[in-house]
Amino acid sequence: MTRYPNLPPTDASALSTKDFKTDQDVRWCPGCGDYSILAQVQRTLPTLGIPKEDFVFISGIGCSSRFPYYMNTYGMHTIHGRAPALASGIQCLRPNLNTWVITGDGDSLSIGTNHLMHALRRNVNLKIILFNNRIYGLTKGQYSPTSEVGKKTKSTPYGSLDHPFNPIAVALGAEASFVARSIDVDARHLQAMIKRAAAHEGTALIEVFQNCNIFNDGAFAFISDRRERPKTSLVLEHGKPMRFGPKKEQGIAVGRDMRPKVVDVAEHGEENLLVHDEGNPTIAYLLSQLAHPDFPTPVGVFRSIDRPVYDRMLQAQVDDARQRKPGRSVQDLIESAHVWDVR
Amino acid sequence: MSTAQTVELETVAIRFAGDSGDGMQLTGTQFTQTSALLGNDVATFPDFPAEIRAPAGSLAGVSGFQLNFSSQQIYTHGDAPDVLVAMNPAALRVNIGDLKPDGILIANTHAFTDKNLERAGFESNPLEDGSLQMFRVFPLDITSMTLEAISGSGLNQRAAVRCKNFLALGLVYWMYNRPLEHTIAWIEKKFRAKAPDVADANLAALKAGYHYGETAEIFTHSYVVPKARLEPGRYRGINGNEALGLGLLAAAELSGLELFLGSYPITPASDLLHFLAAQKHLGAKTFQAEDEIAAVCAAIGAAYAGGLAVTSTSGPGVALKAEAIGLAVMTELPLIVCDIQRGGPSTGLPTKTEQADLLQVLYGRNGECPVPVVAAATPGDCFFVAIEAARIALRHMLPVVILSDGYLANGAEPWKIPDMSQIPRIEKDFHTEAEGFQPYARDEDLGRPWAVPGTPGLEHRLGGLEKEHLTGNVSYDPANHQFMTELRAAKVARVAQHIPPTEVFGPESGDVLVVAWGGTFGAVRSAVEHLQGKGRSVAHVHLRHLNPLPADLGDILGRFERVMVPELNMGQLAMVLRARYLIPVESVCKVQGKPFKEAELIRALSAELEHAR
Ligand code: SF4
Repeated sequence: MTRYPNLPPTDASALSTKDFKTDQDVRWCPGCGDYSILAQVQRTLPTLGIPKEDFVFISGIGCSSRFPYYMNTYGMHTIHGRAPALASGIQCLRPNLNTWVITGDGDSLSIGTNHLMHALRRNVNLKIILFNNRIYGLTKGQYSPTSEVGKKTKSTPYGSLDHPFNPIAVALGAEASFVARSIDVDARHLQAMIKRAAAHEGTALIEVFQNCNIFNDGAFAFISDRRERPKTSLVLEHGKPMRFGPKKEQGIAVGRDMRPKVVDVAEHGEENLLVHDEGNPTIAYLLSQLAHPDFPTPVGVFRSIDRPVYDRMLQAQVDDARQRKPGRSVQDLIESAHVWDVR
Repeated sequence: MSTAQTVELETVAIRFAGDSGDGMQLTGTQFTQTSALLGNDVATFPDFPAEIRAPAGSLAGVSGFQLNFSSQQIYTHGDAPDVLVAMNPAALRVNIGDLKPDGILIANTHAFTDKNLERAGFESNPLEDGSLQMFRVFPLDITSMTLEAISGSGLNQRAAVRCKNFLALGLVYWMYNRPLEHTIAWIEKKFRAKAPDVADANLAALKAGYHYGETAEIFTHSYVVPKARLEPGRYRGINGNEALGLGLLAAAELSGLELFLGSYPITPASDLLHFLAAQKHLGAKTFQAEDEIAAVCAAIGAAYAGGLAVTSTSGPGVALKAEAIGLAVMTELPLIVCDIQRGGPSTGLPTKTEQADLLQVLYGRNGECPVPVVAAATPGDCFFVAIEAARIALRHMLPVVILSDGYLANGAEPWKIPDMSQIPRIEKDFHTEAEGFQPYARDEDLGRPWAVPGTPGLEHRLGGLEKEHLTGNVSYDPANHQFMTELRAAKVARVAQHIPPTEVFGPESGDVLVVAWGGTFGAVRSAVEHLQGKGRSVAHVHLRHLNPLPADLGDILGRFERVMVPELNMGQLAMVLRARYLIPVESVCKVQGKPFKEAELIRALSAELEHAR
């Protein structure tokens, strides 16, 4: 009875990057980290084997949320903070679509934190890319919920007072089934994370360190600088000991006090390093607390587990109920109450 | 056998009142169903306490259920009850002011303890101090009678006392010559399998009440209310929220679309969520969101994806959804917003009825943001209004607001079952043609093409930024903004072309025209009929469409000397009519959390008729 345009899907294998570009002028500031993220998404989508018409990009409000206009897919630039909620509606109605959420730190960790947390909790099949530039760009430079304490901006001339959100820890707190981090300028790594997220069943969150060169330039310089990165980042690999440094000479170990520490691999022994396990919530949380300069900042997949997917379960409930009471109509339902005849 | 004389009556209103734990809603519902099955016309008014479990015996915890049954067609639950059953002093205190002079009061003396009297604020026992002289008072120890009737049932004291509402029901059944069968069957179905001892006890209490009336000889009369002459057909009982839910399901079936409800629990709209959540076998998907905003946004997502998208709430929720409704206006997506109004502002009176959201739904959004608004007149009418709202939303591609209220949502009436095969289908096709596709092109109803994700070649972007005509691209062009603002207004205005001619109840012209909307229908119609019966020149127009207003309304208003608008608000429709038609309008306002009484309206109308002379 339910009708959708059931046209045959287009050939996904024939897609290329240019199929995902629109004719709209991209209007981010020159040098903005958003350009790279857009490029990596446009490069990755054709490799996923998904017909173009099944992609949907939903955003909220903010610089990053202009993203859907530049993607030649279905999409909507919605209202501030609400993208996960709107995307949930799309995905719940039609679980076979491939819905992505594009959001920023103000959009998803201030006005829309509620919706982000609940999407992650429910595990709706959404892929969320959170552009974290630690500033409000579109409204011209106020501090954001991920800005460091003491940040001087137009709205905090004496320095900001509030402790920032750690997006990875927030996602883990909501028991997200997939949580990853990448960097705007690291094209290869970012593409790999997009692919991993796309393959994940359930809500996948990627935090991307994104440079706003106008209002918060260099916020991630410690890690975006190619030469610094081996020293300042810890690339997470499932099942591998946690090593970093130009020659992977350093590692992360946990002492008897359960606190992480940086150790010299040769001295400490590789077998005594912490081994990454994407299924272990304790490790995921521990990693979320590591940050430059005391520790290398982890990038990669913090957590990836299988958990029932909300939109699929909802569809299954409907299918199951239909099977149990086949062929029912609204007329049947109306007449299923106590009825009587007046002659 | 009883020596009581049998007297025939046309219409009787009974109110059952007690603690919220006393089962008064159930008792009233049973009496209603039995009377409907007997062929009476019935109308009900459940009055819930604001607190879920207020302290026993307190004024805040009083729950009431009034029903009106008649051998004539009736429109309301009745102004003043003929019978009040008061299970405790608090119930007496809250309700006695409404009882008709010479009305029957049945009071459970068992609950009239010093403590309960004090809680209810009585200094002396009203059953004994002569203060109730104007009524026919029947003090009965209903609790003890119940315990006696079911002794040996094996129920503990607490459970046994809970059967007392059935004893009271049995007694009132006897007074009005109602058969017990329906309630017996209901008890059997509800309790037999789960708790046979409870089933037996309730049956014993019910029968004991009935037999008490028959044998005790304290009642000198019993009454009959003959069948009403209802339109022949098959009937069921229905309340407004059920009818709304069924109407939305019907609209989904008539359009072939999948129903999606995004909602957040709120009184008095939650029952709609509960109802639709139970209809998964009909394909309804319900989503209990994290808040009101998420609920409407999820619905907008579902609309974009090709569903029949609905969000349901009450006034406070509408306020929270305002920005998102604007997004649906801008993106021109079909969306149904159900506002089951309650007393406001702020948290207001959650369990009480009011009509004070009209201006909010008409104007309460940023920017020029018009939406069509339709309102239901009776519980059963909610069904047809839901279908009408879906038709408008899909035909013109825009959000539509349905106004119901707490009175309609919870009030029940016998409902002639509609034949789905006789209701015209809702035609809205998905756009599939890629050649020449423009997301903001227009059809004859100014709707735009509905191209849903998954359709090859129609990939396009929507959003809250102003849209360029035809292409739908983002546009800051000044002339385009003016054009699109006017276009969005024209879309709403276009709805009027599909509104049938307005029905004028009464003369086509004359002294006074009463214009009303929503759940006041019953009281207004009764008052107007009453005065028409006295030869007065008065007519009634009840508006289903509040935006746009029917095209013929201006002419109709002009044919009457005076126009009167009764509303459960401070004069909101009156203000709209004055602004729109530049005519004087007499506003009759009531904001007490209660529906109009017929007598109040007769008084106001009579005064208005005097002025017309
Ligand atoms: S303001 Fe910052 S985030 Fe926004 S577009 Fe410019 S550089 Fe990018």
